[in-house]
Amino acid sequence: MTAHGDTGLDSRRSLTAGLLIGLGAMAAVDEIVFHQLLGWHHFYDRATPAIGLLTDGLLHAFELLAIVAGFFLLTEVRARSALLRRAAWAGFFLGAGGFQLLDGLLNHKVLRLHQIRYGVDILPYDLVWNLAALLLIAVGALLARHLSAAAGR
Amino acid sequence: MTHADPALGPLPLLLALLALYLAGAVRRRRAGRGWSGRRCAGFALGVALMALAFAPPVAHFAHHDLRGHMLQHLLLGMFAPLPLTLGMPGSLLLRSLPAAAARAVVTMLAWRPVRLLIHPVTALALDMGGMYLLYLTPLYALSLERPPLHALMHVHFVVSGYLFTWAVAGCDPAPHRPGLRLRLMVLFLGTAAHAILAKLMYAFHWPRGTPHSLEEIQAAAQWMYYGGDLAELLLAVAFFALWFERRAGAACRRQTVSPSR
Repeated sequence: MTAHGDTGLDSRRSLTAGLLIGLGAMAAVDEIVFHQLLGWHHFYDRATPAIGLLTDGLLHAFELLAIVAGFFLLTEVRARSALLRRAAWAGFFLGAGGFQLLDGLLNHKVLRLHQIRYGVDILPYDLVWNLAALLLIAVGALLARHLSAAAGR
Repeated sequence: MTHADPALGPLPLLLALLALYLAGAVRRRRAGRGWSGRRCAGFALGVALMALAFAPPVAHFAHHDLRGHMLQHLLLGMFAPLPLTLGMPGSLLLRSLPAAAARAVVTMLAWRPVRLLIHPVTALALDMGGMYLLYLTPLYALSLERPPLHALMHVHFVVSGYLFTWAVAGCDPAPHRPGLRLRLMVLFLGTAAHAILAKLMYAFHWPRGTPHSLEEIQAAAQWMYYGGDLAELLLAVAFFALWFERRAGAACRRQTVSPSR
């Protein structure tokens, strides 16, 4: 890493771009790996209440727009040579972990949209899922802390 | 409408539309006032996607399988409108018309009822509301029995899909066009509404009263969900391109015609 304190580096926008991309990327991983490749998640299971379908749709739309907006923001910050890589990575981990935790607690448990896997004891899966989310958030927070210490803003 | 061969469906009409657009573009270029090839390509792609929806193999597929119908819906209402919008046919029309006629069109667009009709929120209601009405009521089953209703449904897909896309990501001229924040909100709600509708169809087996099996309905709902995702992803790219272009100062406004004062 070079010249953190350099003027013109936009740590806030870099972090936001990373955050949006991380959030959308984890949503895409969820959709592609767990729904499509492994077939663990279900498109819909009969336990889902109607309100779950509603919030699922809203969250889904948000993820879709987040990843597009994130890439455009990243491009813009880079074009201004204002990208602070560490900030972007901090945002990425915070976004990815934040999404996974939200998915693990709100979608799986509170709204009961779908479970991680069916026909197995779900507890270890839930634990691993949410601990992994916390780990990602911790990495993001660590990067963000170093960032404010180094950049002094 | 009088078609020489009913098997051709609306193809002659689509070809006529494309010919009209290209004639306008060529005339502008000959006059040295320019019309970019990219816009022409966009419009042509949009027409081609519409034509694809009515091509015999797709039409045949749609005739007996709900997934085929869903493919038509996605092509007509979601995939074709984006390149059509990027072709900016409205701008081309305004610039091709004589000044007085163009002014009359702009005045009409500024007229309150029309303004209300082309407002992004109305466009959202017409597009998504129309779809909820079609798939979550017996309307779809009815359209299978009545050809005029079926044709009307296709027209509605195209018109409301174009209106929605244009209202969100269009850079054609429009007096009193709402700001980008509102348009982003409309895009967000539209994307969500489409995903929710697909899951409702999957979960509660709509459209009911049709000869389609449960598996077929669920497969069609998934086509709708993932196909809609792709279309909305592209629409979001077009929208944010506009958003960041505006922010960079290179406004799309430069290309648009402002109403006469």
